[in-house]
Amino acid sequence: MTDNIVEIDNLSFGYKGRLLHKGINMAFPRGKVVAIMGGSGSGKTTLLRLIGGQIKPTQGEVRVDGMVVHEQDRDGIYQLRRKMGMLFQHGALFTDLSTFDNVAFPMRELTDLPESMIKDLVLMKLNAVGLRGAHALMPTELSGGMARRVALARAIALDPCIIMYDEPFAGLDPISMGVICDLIRSLNDALGATSIIVSHDVKETFLIADYVYFVADGVVAAEGTPHDLMQSPLPFVHQFVHGEKDGPVPFHYPAGNYQSELLKQRL
Amino acid sequence: MIARVWRLGAGARLFFLTIIYSGESFRRFHLTLREIYFTGVMSLLIIIVSAFFVGMVLALQGYNTLQKYGSSEAIGVLVALSLVRELGPVVTALLFAGRAGTAITAEIGLMKTTEQLSAMEMMAVNPIARVVAPRFWAGVISMPILAALFSMVGVLGGYLVAVPLIGVDSGAFWSQMQANVDVRADIINGVIKSVVFAVACTMIALFEGFDAPPTAEGVSHATTRTVVISSLTVLGLDFVLTSFMMVV
Amino acid sequence: MERTKIDLWVGIFVALGVAALLGLAMKVGNLTSNNLGKTYSVSAAFENVGGLKPNAPVKSAGVVVGRVADIKFDSKTYEAIVNINIDQRYAFPTDTFANIYTAGLLGEQYVGLEAGGEDDSLKNGDKITQTQGAVVLEKMISKFLFNKASESESKSETVDAAPEN
Repeated sequence: MTDNIVEIDNLSFGYKGRLLHKGINMAFPRGKVVAIMGGSGSGKTTLLRLIGGQIKPTQGEVRVDGMVVHEQDRDGIYQLRRKMGMLFQHGALFTDLSTFDNVAFPMRELTDLPESMIKDLVLMKLNAVGLRGAHALMPTELSGGMARRVALARAIALDPCIIMYDEPFAGLDPISMGVICDLIRSLNDALGATSIIVSHDVKETFLIADYVYFVADGVVAAEGTPHDLMQSPLPFVHQFVHGEKDGPVPFHYPAGNYQSELLKQRL
Repeated sequence: MIARVWRLGAGARLFFLTIIYSGESFRRFHLTLREIYFTGVMSLLIIIVSAFFVGMVLALQGYNTLQKYGSSEAIGVLVALSLVRELGPVVTALLFAGRAGTAITAEIGLMKTTEQLSAMEMMAVNPIARVVAPRFWAGVISMPILAALFSMVGVLGGYLVAVPLIGVDSGAFWSQMQANVDVRADIINGVIKSVVFAVACTMIALFEGFDAPPTAEGVSHATTRTVVISSLTVLGLDFVLTSFMMVV
Repeated sequence: MERTKIDLWVGIFVALGVAALLGLAMKVGNLTSNNLGKTYSVSAAFENVGGLKPNAPVKSAGVVVGRVADIKFDSKTYEAIVNINIDQRYAFPTDTFANIYTAGLLGEQYVGLEAGGEDDSLKNGDKITQTQGAVVLEKMISKFLFNKASESESKSETVDAAPEN
């Protein structure tokens, strides 16, 4: 029994000859909120999918609760996934089901609980995210923030040990952002679970994360507590954390000589 | 070219997986029932109206030619055989591909784009068993029913044009038809054709949706491809099946 | 979408489909008219069966009394042997004529039975001896032309003969 519920060990992953991840090492201790941050396209969401077993690593291992994910057979993977809950970027609610049915979905599919119990559990979960009154609404009738919260209720429907968040703050208004931020932390502590947040929202993430991994160029460029990272001397971290226009990630896309391009008749 | 062969293989793979994971479509039949409603019942209007018009046109055009040879009483046979053997299964398949097929492709493509399928996977629910297989069986059940309805309504449409409108004798209309339409050779062959078409059209619609690039553009291209590929496949299969049935 | 509403509509849908299929089989197809009940089998040899097909009707006085079962070729007599199934309700004398007629001008061909005068009736396995094959259009035309040609020949002969008198 290790202290880490998820371990990523020397992971490499790539498509078509190009490696996205080159030897990543991460550890996610039980009961903590850990954030994975980095620029767009750095492979953060892919890491979540590797943990969830949706894709297999090219090299290295991902271990969940001691078991190597990509070595499991179909049943093994489904057993692992029952311990996980995932919140997708825009909620990914099932549009043909009502809010109630969406939250009830994992319970109906994966357990044999009677409907009366399911009703109570669903209302409990919706209450936890503050949307018990919206249980009859269809996903298309919900605002973005509300949909995200319903998706969160669905993610915790079976009280998972690992909750993964894919860009939970993307595209939300400040109030909703604050709500989600608060919910992630409080639910994590209430359930005794481990939360893995993939995000590039520095302000909110630093408020709730216990530990942060920075991914750039396929490796872990930096790691530490939010406090450490705010004061990191590394130029990349500095640029990211303070939102600077120019730095290791350049402002200008590589281009030819400006003067000669202006002077030419045609490009 | 290689990409097309690869896609055919991927399509075949999805087909086999759908069959393998079909158990749930029948254990929880309400899933399939719901899909039968959306593919079958919702297609009723277009099928019945089209059938009516096709039957009427067949009778009109057929009469025009037959009466030159004094065989205008064979119009019942003409309408019935054309519908039962060919037009019923084929036109139904084409209409089905256009209406229900595109709906299926768009729905699954959108589910993929909005990550609903991924969400299902992450919740340890097999999306093929839960989403693809019920729609497959719904299509296989709905389309032969629609084809039979098409043929029947078409015959009625032909009757309405031939007997009250043109004046062909009612008794001659039905008796000539009954004498020349064989249950085994014609009607059952028509049913076999519609089942084969159902498998093809539904599977193509499902695969295009499942395989669509998860963007708005990708889904729209996928729906177009569903109609085009389904239509061509149906017509090609029709030729193959017809020649098969003429020998056997 | 409530389940009961869906169930109702799908039930109606399937019922419509089954009704259509049954309707097709019975009204459009020959499911009902093909059942003749018990039959007995009789054979007849024809010089030429023309376009007669198996399952073609066998009529007497215009009423369907049976169906053609199969048509075979006898390599010894070079004739076509047609086996017909006649409904047991109808008895035909042993000197019945069997002809092949065409329904309408270009219609299907069928076997017509004309009863003879004998007291004994045909039994299962009997052979009809009086037959006439189908009218083959080409032979009819050539016969017609031949007749026309011989007619004009004899006419020209009498015309030639007249002035000599």
